[in-house]
Amino acid sequence: MPSAPVRVILPGMLRDLVGGVAEIEVESPTESQTVAELLDRAFSGHRVLDGKVRDERGQIRRHVKVFVNGEDATRGAGVGAAVPAGARVHIINAVSGG
Amino acid sequence: MTETIVAIGTRKGLWIARSTDRREWALEGPHFLMSEVASVAVDTREGRSSVLAGVKSWHWGPTVQVSSDGGRTWTESAERALSFPTDTDTALERVWQLTPDPNDSDVVWAGVEPHALFRSTDRGKRYELVRGLWDHPHRPSWEPGFGGGAVHTIVPEPGHPEHLLVAMSAGGVYRSEDGGNTWEASNPGIRAYFMPDNEYPEFGQCVHKVARGQADGALYAQNHKGVYRSDDNGHTWESIADGLPTDFGFTILAHPRRPGVVWNIPVQDDGERIPPGAQLQVQRSDDGGAHWRMQADGLPADSYTCVLRDAASLDESDPVGVYLGTRNGDVFASADEGESFQRIATQLPDVLVVRAAQLG
Repeated sequence: MPSAPVRVILPGMLRDLVGGVAEIEVESPTESQTVAELLDRAFSGHRVLDGKVRDERGQIRRHVKVFVNGEDATRGAGVGAAVPAGARVHIINAVSGG
Repeated sequence: MTETIVAIGTRKGLWIARSTDRREWALEGPHFLMSEVASVAVDTREGRSSVLAGVKSWHWGPTVQVSSDGGRTWTESAERALSFPTDTDTALERVWQLTPDPNDSDVVWAGVEPHALFRSTDRGKRYELVRGLWDHPHRPSWEPGFGGGAVHTIVPEPGHPEHLLVAMSAGGVYRSEDGGNTWEASNPGIRAYFMPDNEYPEFGQCVHKVARGQADGALYAQNHKGVYRSDDNGHTWESIADGLPTDFGFTILAHPRRPGVVWNIPVQDDGERIPPGAQLQVQRSDDGGAHWRMQADGLPADSYTCVLRDAASLDESDPVGVYLGTRNGDVFASADEGESFQRIATQLPDVLVVRAAQLG
């Protein structure tokens, strides 16, 4: 039975690529899924986002952060981190550059 | 009406200068502000006005963007335009070179970091890895240059679609005579002065740029210390550096019609990356590198900048236009084959690539 959907909140820099969409709601098929599984579902209808957030190996890009309920998943298990049903997931661009 | 465009890729975006007489210029941009544009190709084959750009966002990674209207509007593929196959366990860092193939108007070659060559058969929208070079037994020994480890130069041969030459930092020149299926190192005569024992190894040279003289097929190479010519399609190389103020530099250009006419942009030394004597200049040879003369009218003295590997270009007008961009964001243009220059852009970010062409 599907559980509470996960909300994926996009950074301003990516919203222009998907017609101003700020947030993607993803149905959660189980009580928990990995970040990789979540992003597969979230980006299935917005393919251009996949190449922006992940490289072709499926890894989160070096200067991108993914927070799951306020915790930085990229400091932990990365794309293998667990995303509980009903979570809020923020994708942000790291504060880097010059 | 024919329009000359000069595409200027920088650390923080792409600008395009346009002119109908090569005297008055209008500068447009930036496109892709805050993204690095390290490679540009203007594709005029079959009357097209396409511009391809290798764009890298610091945050959102590298891709190839395509314009079909001379660089005014741009399209990015929803799917990745260029990516490594899963089995390579490799991620694309940057697209350093985009080269339309003169023998097939649908083919575009891409040289990338890490060291690899890609091929598009749909005019630059989607690319596939050239396995023959990727699987080369030398690849694990190729080293990154200061700018990264990349295939940065691709030289097809008009009339011979099976012939292809690439150069990389630091791996040297490689040559294929079967359309890219198999490759051989092709550096005889090119010195690798930094090697402790054998200064003429089979590969490992730091070749910065190779250009082909279209009139006679001669190849010219600017190396990390060393300037060379090949009259046998890259099988062997001989030095043509004697008449130059320095043998260090990044780029080299060959005339599209006149045999033996070649331009070099010298840099004082690898430890002093400024123009020789702080005079920004090009060096021109009319005899294939036997003799050189400085061209600097309109280029600044007291200049401590540098012209990088792809930051110079020719157009194909008569007389040929010569263009160069500097690390301090100036772009200079000559409409008389280098005899005089004017500044057509200033205060841009570091210029990484300049490509000029006639449209329309």
